Amino acid sequence: MKFSTPGPWLSDDGPDTDVVMSCRIRLARNIAGFPFVGRANDAQRREILKVAQQVVLATPLAEGMFWVDLGQSSTRDRQLLMERHLISRHLAEADFPRAVAVSGDETLSIMVNEEDHLRLQVLGPGLGLDGLMEQINRVDDAIESKLDFAFSRRWGYLTACPTNVGAGIRLSVMMHLPGLKLTGEIDRVRRAAKDLHLAVRGYYGEGSESAGDFYQVSNQITLGCSEQDLLAEFRDRILPEIIKYEQHARQMLVERNPTLLDDRIQRAVGTLRSARLLGAEEAMKLLSRVRLGVRLRRLPGIELSTINHLLLQIQTAHLQKAVGASLNPDQRREARAKMMREALA
Amino acid sequence: MNHPKCDHCDKPAVVHEVTLKNGVKTEIHLCHDHAQEAGVSMPTHQPINQLLTQFVISHSSRAKAKSRSRKTCSGCGMTFARFRQTGALGCPDCYEAFDDQLTPLIKRAQNGATQHRGKTPNRAGASVDRQLLITQLVKELDQAVGAEQYERAAQLRDRLQELNPGVAGADPVPEQGQSDPSNS
Repeated sequence: MKFSTPGPWLSDDGPDTDVVMSCRIRLARNIAGFPFVGRANDAQRREILKVAQQVVLATPLAEGMFWVDLGQSSTRDRQLLMERHLISRHLAEADFPRAVAVSGDETLSIMVNEEDHLRLQVLGPGLGLDGLMEQINRVDDAIESKLDFAFSRRWGYLTACPTNVGAGIRLSVMMHLPGLKLTGEIDRVRRAAKDLHLAVRGYYGEGSESAGDFYQVSNQITLGCSEQDLLAEFRDRILPEIIKYEQHARQMLVERNPTLLDDRIQRAVGTLRSARLLGAEEAMKLLSRVRLGVRLRRLPGIELSTINHLLLQIQTAHLQKAVGASLNPDQRREARAKMMREALA
Repeated sequence: MNHPKCDHCDKPAVVHEVTLKNGVKTEIHLCHDHAQEAGVSMPTHQPINQLLTQFVISHSSRAKAKSRSRKTCSGCGMTFARFRQTGALGCPDCYEAFDDQLTPLIKRAQNGATQHRGKTPNRAGASVDRQLLITQLVKELDQAVGAEQYERAAQLRDRLQELNPGVAGADPVPEQGQSDPSNS
């Protein structure tokens, strides 16, 4: 499977990219007349796939849409898609008929037979939620002009899980919160988020731990508000608060004990530049520190885009693809360290 | 209706006419043959008011109300207990089938909300309008029958068939008097 350069969500020119690395909007939709994915039999799932493929490929949704039948693809390819946040772990690891359609620039992905028949997703850098909302609505409307979605006036878009019913929308941002981690405030933020009906998850979304200081923050409420209201709440009230707290924490670190801060940052860079063996988790932790250093302008000579690219390239499938071979865990640790040394020399 | 026999013979009566005039009640009960003889117009399969009820039933929530009490979704066979185990519903009809038990759950999960206020699919708008039109036509059909305007009633019935072909005879005929067109 060919991939062009990784999606634009890895660039560093989105708004507020200090703290917000990327953002995503996802819509859950089901085709009327079929059971939900979990209850459907394989024949029905294949039928759903067929219908979805016909509609997606016949409708102008984005440039260069390509279709990946995940039942036919290799584990490595599924892993690559997962690492690029184009499919979920759930879809990658399922064993029944399923697929994903991806746009050429990897900003749009449409998962078929995940928890719902269709999961539309758009990704972007920084905090560009408005643009993403516009884009996903266009895609949603275009698909809906060819298909009947399961919908009721009362409950809205009907989803397999009632936690998604209504707008079926998930707004998420990937945030980098090393300041709050270092000042010990991150747990307080997580608790506050819960009160605000936000889900806080690790780098890989549902079911993952926070690798490094990266956190995915998303809304949990999908019913009772319009999509625009949910977006406004998220964009204008919730996110600015978290960003403010993180920036304040960073400032405190710089003012209170700059030497301690530099020590942490330099040790991280030092390890990355010299280590001979690097596990993925350790690498993420260290890259997170280095990213903080770059953002605080305490590491001249290292580009933010380098860090962002490394965050992707050190992942299991991407690493093996870069090296051009299948590697066992020990080989991966060695290859990862080598890649890091070369990138940060 | 406890006059099983025809007024003129021993065959079972299928047409019953009750007239109230000047406070005096007259009843006529005729079998199929004697009714035809008397010139009473008879639909071949079902009396028109039964046909009416069917139209209304297929667009109201009454049919689904029956499955509610059995706690099994008529669309996919899912039970509420099963849903509680897996966390996922079986099909879109489950929302209606388990309405009573689901509503408090959703309310809790969605911070008190029980009504969608967001986007509507364009097509759903059209189909909801179609539903309203059908309800209106059924009302008019009812009125036409009541006013004995049988030709008009037949025209309205044809229009209803056009809007939703195959609906008559698709659902089981319920007890009479249960339907309320304004519920659909």
